[in-house]
Amino acid sequence: MTNAGAIEVQVPLVIDVKDLVRDYMLGQVPVHVLKGISFQIARGEFVSIMGPSGSGKSTLMNILGCLDKPTSGRYALDGVNVSELNRDQLAQIRNRKIGFVFQQFNLLSRTSAVENVELPLMYTNTPARERRERAMKALLAVGLAGREEHQPSQLSGGQQQRVAIARALVNDPKIILADEPTGALDSRISMEIMAIFQRLNRQDGITMIVVTHDPDVASYSGRLIRVKDGRLHADEPNAEPRDAQHDLEQTPADPEAQTAAA
Amino acid sequence: MNQLVSSVRIALRALRVNRARSALTMLGIIIGVAAVIAMVGVGAGATARIQQQIQSIGSNLIMVLPGSISSNGVRLGSGAVASLTEDDAKAISAECSSVAAVVPAVRGGVQVVYGSNNWATTAQGVTPDYMTIRDASMLTGEFFTDEDVAAAAKTAVLGETVAQNLFGDSDPAGQVVIIKNVPFTVAGVLAPKGQSPSGQDQDDIILLPISTAKQKVLGANKANAKSVSSLMVQAVTPQAMDQAIQEMTGLLRERHRILPGQDDDFTVRNLTEVFAAQETSAQVMSILLGAIASVSLIVGGIGIMNIMLVSVTERTREIGLRLAVGARTRDIMSQFLVEAVTLSVLGGLVGIVLGLTASLLIAHFAQWSTQVSPLAVALAFLFSALVGIFFGFYPARKAAYLDPIDALRYE
Ligand SMILES: Nc1ncnc2c1ncn2[C@@H]1O[C@H](COP(=O)(O)OP(=O)(O)OP(=O)(O)O)[C@@H](O)[C@H]1O
Ligand SMILES: [Mg+2]
Repeated sequence: MTNAGAIEVQVPLVIDVKDLVRDYMLGQVPVHVLKGISFQIARGEFVSIMGPSGSGKSTLMNILGCLDKPTSGRYALDGVNVSELNRDQLAQIRNRKIGFVFQQFNLLSRTSAVENVELPLMYTNTPARERRERAMKALLAVGLAGREEHQPSQLSGGQQQRVAIARALVNDPKIILADEPTGALDSRISMEIMAIFQRLNRQDGITMIVVTHDPDVASYSGRLIRVKDGRLHADEPNAEPRDAQHDLEQTPADPEAQTAAA
Repeated sequence: MNQLVSSVRIALRALRVNRARSALTMLGIIIGVAAVIAMVGVGAGATARIQQQIQSIGSNLIMVLPGSISSNGVRLGSGAVASLTEDDAKAISAECSSVAAVVPAVRGGVQVVYGSNNWATTAQGVTPDYMTIRDASMLTGEFFTDEDVAAAAKTAVLGETVAQNLFGDSDPAGQVVIIKNVPFTVAGVLAPKGQSPSGQDQDDIILLPISTAKQKVLGANKANAKSVSSLMVQAVTPQAMDQAIQEMTGLLRERHRILPGQDDDFTVRNLTEVFAAQETSAQVMSILLGAIASVSLIVGGIGIMNIMLVSVTERTREIGLRLAVGARTRDIMSQFLVEAVTLSVLGGLVGIVLGLTASLLIAHFAQWSTQVSPLAVALAFLFSALVGIFFGFYPARKAAYLDPIDALRYE
């Protein structure tokens, strides 16, 4: 913990939430989903969030991703108090600072990989040629060079998720939020995805926040936040995060081993 | 501009995904626009035809007929009384400053014979000013002259219909026709004028010098050898019509010694006014046709709205994703608006082509002149774009204000 405290002082905070509460109204009855959560995440951290189903992880991620607003509490993203922004200003923040990776990929069907990756740039003033260049670069970064013109239906699940990661990357975001990014993928492909995340985190300094049910996936992160019943249950650093690239090289890629692992 | 081009491209792609559906949706607009163009074309054609007929009777034309409509509404058959004379005509032309020309006329039914052909028509005795007053021109030959009138020359000018029936395609000028056993040399043939606004064939006529007509053909009135069956009067300008009518009425009352309070013994009719009513009714008809056709355009618009609503629902997840990656309200709004307008404008273009074709076919098969003005085409196009904006607005708004989380979760 002293270690974490030291980081907080030196490195600027990317995420600073205090007493975050989110209630849903089910008819007349309020349902308390987040019951006061506070934590801080510094630039360049790699954080996993775990917790039982229904504990409010996705609700928390939606608020962190500026897709939703807390019922009460304070949320500052990169120094900006997000709770005060309107709908379009939040859209701008999502566009410039945040990349999303979803469990179900959420790619546009009948649209080529490169066009899917370009999508966030469509809502900036980037000229068409530069959009294309940056999308190509992002696809290269996730190891999909040569698949630019493939449509989602022509790609495997792991490849689709890599397109989605490229899309999250293309805007040079401050943070990438991934809600169960490996939930629909087998263990080896999950490892590949985590290897990409680790590289983005280490090389490009992008802050990563990953929600997962899989302790193996969480073991690649430098910090683990546990949520239980809408509250922060634990928040501990992982002094020795595993290296996904190294693990990949150790794991045989033959089909039998894969079925065994699954 | 670049932005717009790429929006249209995106819209076109979205529309291509559901080709059949887009085509069917467009069909509503296509039929609407085509109907508007064809109907307005038919209406404008009818109006133009009536205008042309009004032109054909002559400009600024006023008719003066003997007899009157009495103040208690009982009409004394005009023409039953021989109250108008050639001297009245001379007096009007000499004294009324708003009158450009006066032609006294007598008319009656005659049988015209040429060789073994004969034809029953109307003979009209007139003076050469008839040409200017009726805006007439000659197809062949020359009109008779004032000298012919003075000399009561036995010369005749034929209407096209008469010439056709007696002479077929050969030139009648210089030939001799027999009317009431009197031989007349044909001086020429009038250029055809077609139907009058009241539906009469204006070319079924034979014109004679008024003097000859009275003496040899129609028979002079026993009581007054100078009486005529009508006066055709041309006012100097369209604006001077009322003035001319006033002047003439005053002059004729004075000449006929009608005391104040007594009814006129003649009737003055402003022909332009009479037929203008017909023109108005034709215009009303074309507006009505256009309005009915516009209803189908609106129905087409509702079709667009319907399909856009379906499309917004189907693409809820796509909208959620776009919102998540940073689309603002106006981005989503314009995406769906452009799509709706693309549908309606494409439909509008096809509809214009179809409408033009339809009005050509109507003109061809129904023998009904149609006229499609560029303005009507431009308006139909504009209107179809407006339909797209109007009916696309609600679905686009609905899409733009979706909650991103709900939209992303939508199954
Ligand atoms: N729109 C909503 N209206 C009402 N209740 C909601 C809504 N969204 C989520 N909830 C409730 O909030 C609670 C937390 O949901 P959330 O999706 O955050 O859980 P989670 O931790 O992500 O679970 P999982 O691991 O299964 O994804 C659940 O009990 C859910 O029923
Ligand atoms: Mg969840």
